[in-house]
This record gives sequence, structure tokens and C-alpha cells, in this order.
Amino acid sequence: MAIQKSIIRKIKTVFQKAVFLFIGLLLLGFRPDYGDAIVVGSIGEPRTLVPILASDSSSGAICGLVFNGLVKYDKDLNLVGDLAERWDVSEDGLEIIFYLRKGIRWQDGLPFTARDVEFTYKSLIDPDVRTPYSGDFQMVEEFAILDDYTLKVVYKEPFSPGLSSWGMNIMPKHLLEGEDLNSTDFSRSPVGTGPYRFKLWKTGEKVELLSNHDYFEGRPGIDRYIYRIIPDQATMFLELRAEGVDYISLSPLQFKRQTDNKFFRENFQKFNFPSFGYTYLGYNLEDGRFKDLRVRQAINYAIDKDEIIRGVLLGLGRVATGPFIPESWAYNKDVRPLEYDPGKARALLEEAGWRDEDGDNILEKDGAEFSFTIITNQGNNERRMTAEIIQRRLKEVGIDVRIKIIEWSTFVSEFIDKRRFDAVLLGWSLSLDPDMYDIWHSSKTMQGEFNFVGYSNPEVDRLLLEGRSKFDQAERKKIYHRIHEILYEEQPYLFLYVPLALPIIHDRFKGIEVGASGIGHNFIKWHVPKAEQKYTR
Amino acid sequence: MIKYILRRILGLVPLLLGITIITFAVIHLAPGKPTDLEAQFNPKVSMEARERLERLYGLDKPIHIQYTDWLKRLLRFDFGISFVDSRPVIKKIGERIPVTLGINLASIILIFLIGVPIGVSSAVKEKSFYDRFMTVFVFVGFAIPTFWLSLILMDLVGVRWGLLPVSGIKSLEFDKFSLIEKIIDVARHLVLPVFVSAFGGLAGISRYMRSNMVHVLRQDYIRTARAKGLKEGDVVYKHALKNALLPVVTILGLSVPGLIGGSVIFESIFSIPGMGRLFYESVMARDYPVIMGVLVIGAALTLLGNLLADISYAAVDPRIKLNE
Repeated sequence: MAIQKSIIRKIKTVFQKAVFLFIGLLLLGFRPDYGDAIVVGSIGEPRTLVPILASDSSSGAICGLVFNGLVKYDKDLNLVGDLAERWDVSEDGLEIIFYLRKGIRWQDGLPFTARDVEFTYKSLIDPDVRTPYSGDFQMVEEFAILDDYTLKVVYKEPFSPGLSSWGMNIMPKHLLEGEDLNSTDFSRSPVGTGPYRFKLWKTGEKVELLSNHDYFEGRPGIDRYIYRIIPDQATMFLELRAEGVDYISLSPLQFKRQTDNKFFRENFQKFNFPSFGYTYLGYNLEDGRFKDLRVRQAINYAIDKDEIIRGVLLGLGRVATGPFIPESWAYNKDVRPLEYDPGKARALLEEAGWRDEDGDNILEKDGAEFSFTIITNQGNNERRMTAEIIQRRLKEVGIDVRIKIIEWSTFVSEFIDKRRFDAVLLGWSLSLDPDMYDIWHSSKTMQGEFNFVGYSNPEVDRLLLEGRSKFDQAERKKIYHRIHEILYEEQPYLFLYVPLALPIIHDRFKGIEVGASGIGHNFIKWHVPKAEQKYTR
Repeated sequence: MIKYILRRILGLVPLLLGITIITFAVIHLAPGKPTDLEAQFNPKVSMEARERLERLYGLDKPIHIQYTDWLKRLLRFDFGISFVDSRPVIKKIGERIPVTLGINLASIILIFLIGVPIGVSSAVKEKSFYDRFMTVFVFVGFAIPTFWLSLILMDLVGVRWGLLPVSGIKSLEFDKFSLIEKIIDVARHLVLPVFVSAFGGLAGISRYMRSNMVHVLRQDYIRTARAKGLKEGDVVYKHALKNALLPVVTILGLSVPGLIGGSVIFESIFSIPGMGRLFYESVMARDYPVIMGVLVIGAALTLLGNLLADISYAAVDPRIKLNE
């Protein structure tokens, strides 16, 4: 018996070894091929590569590859550790302790420690640094280094969005201490901890990055990342057609029509997933007409959101019912969009006292016609077309709409900030934490603040404060689902649509995986099989 | 002569000053602020942060103080720091000038090389089929929208035939090329943009040339030359051409500022990092120091170009004396 057992055990271990060997060989065989370059086409050029100053999407894209934060969002939009291995939040929600990963090195070879985090934090709250991100960090009362790899952050009050704010890219203290961050050369020669290291930046042409072979999550599959600046959409598409760029974002028209042919099917792969943003019509709630809930609901009934999505986005969008990312836990899927029903719209308007008394097909109340102006910014065709569809649909229920399109900077400073508008057609891009305090809280209506529609609801105010003070996701979920419901009932915005992101990528890139967060989450795993590599010189 | 030049240059100073005052005022009168773009409607950017940004840019000071601050710096040839990326304005302009200058020089040379002969030959064969054909040809070039022609050529030559690169000024592998490959690479990239910009510019110079030449060919001294029995070639190319070329000198002088002024549409379509795009982007971002820098350099060059035209006019035309 004993002998048999030992034989069996021996066979078992041999078998186990064989399995391990097999798996090992398999892994070796499937080891991604390194090499090649990905050429990303972009309309815009980065402004600065100092991450705490970078506010545009181009700078953000580059910084995101060169630097890391303490935390990041994974494929399914959950917050996970990045430079921090894990963290603890105290019972009362006031203290967060971060435990940093050990053994991480800056791309110049020096070790990464808690001191770099402290330096980044101090820069963020330094009044002389031109960072737009100081807000969340002003909430910190105390920042303490416990040891090289542990640090403690104490908040003035429990502040859950604070946790995701530590996704801010961390900068190297040893290279930046004593420098003026606003004008440092670092902004064009950054050094980070990320999967790619900076190589060169030719103004107006390209930014080039090389893979960081010592990256703590492993060497990225693609050796070179080239960010080409092509300011014209049509040229960008021709470059794609000539295979001069590998990865761009398509417009709905390009996605549906221009890339629907043999050449693109054979050489490119297309993806689509909801983007982190939505387009809405915001009412000036100080305006007597829009103060009346029935009027706002009537407009909601009068406008067919699906029609807008079909017409403007060629079907590549979703109806929005609230201000959260559709794929995130905060989004309340039970809030159903209202059916398009012009009859109900007319009835509601009539109830609110709007009648067509002089027979010109425009409603009146107290002698004044229902006529208002939608303003939107120049250079966004989708918004212009959306405004036109709204105009037509509202005319059918007796509301006269005019459209005014204004250059961005003027739009913001003269119309939005000063609240000189009837209704505004705009979009919000969303951060992954659902805290919406700045957009919906009734205290945020000063000039230049973001509750420019003037929304005020005591319950929402209370919920917003509660939502940002709780760390437990289940609890927060309830709160944001309720906010979502209230906002849809009260219609301070007419929520319109969430456009789909429409990236197209050359077919030679393998390993791309679509998640709730899009396709960027596993970028370092993308690779090109040796035989298909294009840029090998 | 030297006295005249000095006097003219002195006269330019108040003119330039006036230009800067007006442009500075107009730019600051335009609604919007540099901080609008920086904040980019980002809910994470608080109002305090925006005000802080304004203070750091010095935008909270009264406009005349801002102007005198700017002027004081300018006198030391310091154009200031860009609001967008905090780099010195002069550096930002400096890295854009070579490309724009190169393309514009190449296209001006091409325009003269082709436009002048077209004008002269059209004048010699005035009202012939050739003359009319050339007129139509150059006006077609003048009238075709640049963006349309560029896109068509890019699609044909770049995408369908694959003969030339679609856009940009260098290949992605440029750094790894040998010198000869580099030269060929840049040349290949420049073919389309130079062609497109030259095609649009042919009309002006060839029509000038044609009308001058027609005018000169009717002069008495041409009749005299012919009466003397000179060969037609000598009459046209020695006697007439020299005189007809005189006004072209003025055009040359006037095109000096154009050498560094780029076109937004053209540069955007070909993805060329030139002056036009820099200026446009700066205006959109309300990057006051860069806008002022580009405008001051442009104004200075315009004034200098005019002066240069006057001086060279005197140099080539003995009938003109500058001292009076």
C-alpha cells in the first residue's frame, strides 16, 4: 500500500512537472512578439507633458503612457492599484493609507518612493503652479509619509472622490524639485514610471515614445508609439487609407459608410463602445418658461432621441437618461427613456397655459410667444445638426426655436459664464467617479461655475453630499441611482445621447480587448506578430 | 541714399508702435480668455483655480499696464512666454519659420520661373489662342479652392497611385535615413504642397507680367528698335523685357512678409507645422503673447518689404531718385 502510494505520488509529481513544462512551453510559444510601432493619428497637439498641468486630451494620452497614478480604473471600471499595491480607508472615511509597490524605478533608474507622491501632492496645492486639478486635493488636511512605501492622507471630511483623484500621474521629485513647473523643460522631456519612455517631440508633427523594457507590469508588446498630429479630418482619413496611420477615431459617417469596403475590412479592425460623455440641452432655469416642470417634460416628449441618434450619429449612439457613464455602476438602468409623444407634449404645454391664440402655429401665454434660442459652440457639426432636429420637432408642437452658433472661447466667457442663454446644447465628458457635486449642487451657480442652468433641489443637494462622503460602493450606488431618477423626472437638462467611441486600428495589431472602459486598458498587451511587423528599421 | 534709408527706418518706429497698440487692443477686446481653453469646461477645474490661473498670467491687471509690460519686454527683444505651454514665444515662432519659409521660397521661385515666361509669351502673342488658353489656365489655378485641389491630389497621387506621401514633411523613419535619403524624403513630401501653392499664385505674376509687357511693347522705343531692324528676339527679350520687369520688383518686395506668413487651411491639410497653424491655434487659445509676436514680426516685415521695394526700385530704375 505504502509503496503503491509513493508510486502514485511519484507519478503525480512527474505528471505535474510535465503539465508545468507543457504550460511553460505553451506560454513561451504564445509569448507576444515584441517590436513594430503604432502610429496614432490625432487632430490636436499636446500642450504640456507635465501631467498635473495637462488638461487636454492629447497631453493626457501621452502622459497616461509615460506616467502612473497610485490607482487606476481597470477594464470593468473598478478602481484598482497602480503604483499603490493596495490601500485602507479608515472606518470614519477620513484617512486613506496607501501601500506602494516596491521595486518600481523611474525611467532614469532611480527608485520610486512615497517622497515622489508627496512632491506631486505639494505641487498640486502650490498656488503658483498652474494646475487645473487642485480642487480635489484642497480637501486634504494632512499628508504624511509613514515610510518609503507607505503614506497616509487625512481629509477634512469623508471624501470618496478623493480616492480616484489619486489616479493623478505621479512626478519624479529628484528631477523636478526646485524647478518652476510652469516653465520647466520637463514639459517636453518627461520621465515617468510608465510603460513608455519619452523619445522626442517635433512640434506640429509628432511625439514619439519608446517602450520601457523594465516596466513593472512587463515589457509592452509594441516597441514604438508615434503620436502623429494631423490637424485636418479629411487628410487623416487619406493617411489611414494610405496606411500612414494605424489608429484613429472615426466619425459616424466614416465608420458607417467610408470604411465599409473590402480594403478596410481586410486591413483594419473597427470597434465601438459608449464614450464617457453625453450631449444634452440645458435650460436656463431662471427663465420663467423653463421654470415650469411641465414645459420641460413637454419638450422631453416632443423630441425623438432615437431620431437624433439615427440622423446625427447614423445610429452609433445610445439614448441618455442621466449624467453617468452608461457602463458604470452608478448608472441607473431602471430609468427608462420616455416615448416620443408629441400629443402628450401638446397636452402638457396646454396645461401649463401655452395656447395658440392667434393661429400662427406658435403657442402664446400672456400675449408672449413661446420662442427661444438654443446656443451651441462652433466647430461641432453633431451639435449643430442636433439643434436643427430639435428645432423642427419643437416647431411641430408650437415652439419657435432659433439657433445661434458661437466660437468656443466667446461662448464660454460671454454666454455660459454670464448665464446669458435660454437653452444651451452641450456635452459633458465624464470622469469615472460619479461625483457630480460641481454640476448639480445648488451652491455651484456662481459665475464660471458649472451649475450654470441654475438647478436646485434640496434632496439632490443632500444626496450629492452623502454620495461623496461614502466609500462603500453599494451605498453609493443607491444614492446615485436615486439622483439619476430625480434628474430624469425633473429634467433640468433634456438628456439626449451618449455617442459611441469609434476607433479603427490596423489589422496587424493583436490582443486588443474591449471592456467597459474601452480598449485602452490593456494597451501594453497589444502586439504585432513578427511576420507582420511593419516598422522594423 | 543712406540718409533717405535712415529717415525711412526712423519713420517706421512710430508706425510700428501704432500697429502694436491697435492690435493689442483689438486682441484683448475679443471676448474670451486664455484660461477658457485651459479649463476646457472641465468640472474638476474650480472657479478659484481659474482665477488663480488668470493671476499667474497677469490678466488681472488693467490693459494699459499689460501693454506697457509687454512693450518693455519687447524693447529687450523678449516676446514673452506662451500661455499655452510656457515656452518662449520667439522659440515657438523660430521652430515654425524654416518650414514656412522653405515652402514659400520654393513656391515663389517656381511662380516666377513659370509665371514670368507665361506672361511674356502671352503678351507677345496677344489675343491668340495660346494667350487665351494661358489666361484660363492661370485663373483656374487662382480660382480652385486650395483645400479641394490638395485633397484631390493627395487622394490620387498619394493614396491611389502611391507615388508620394500624403501629408507631413518627413517620414516616420526619417531619423534612420542617410543624408541623401533624407533630402529625397523631404523633397518628396514637398512636391504636392509647393505645387498647390505655386499653382494658385501663377495668376497674379503672369497677369502683371503680361499687362506690363503689352504696355511696353506699344512704346515708341520698341517701334524704334524694330525700325532699326533688330531681330524680334532682341527687341522682346532685351529691350522690352527689362522695362517690363521693373514693376515686378515691387511685387517681390511686397511678398517679403508673405514669406513667413503661412496659410491655415493649406498647412492643416498637409499637416505642415508652419506659421499659419501656429497663429490660428494661438488665436483660438487666446495665447496673447504668441499672437502679438507673430503680428509684430509680420508688421515689421511688411514695412521692411515696402522699404526694400522702394530702395531696389531706385537701384534698378535710373529715372527714380529717392532723395527728393
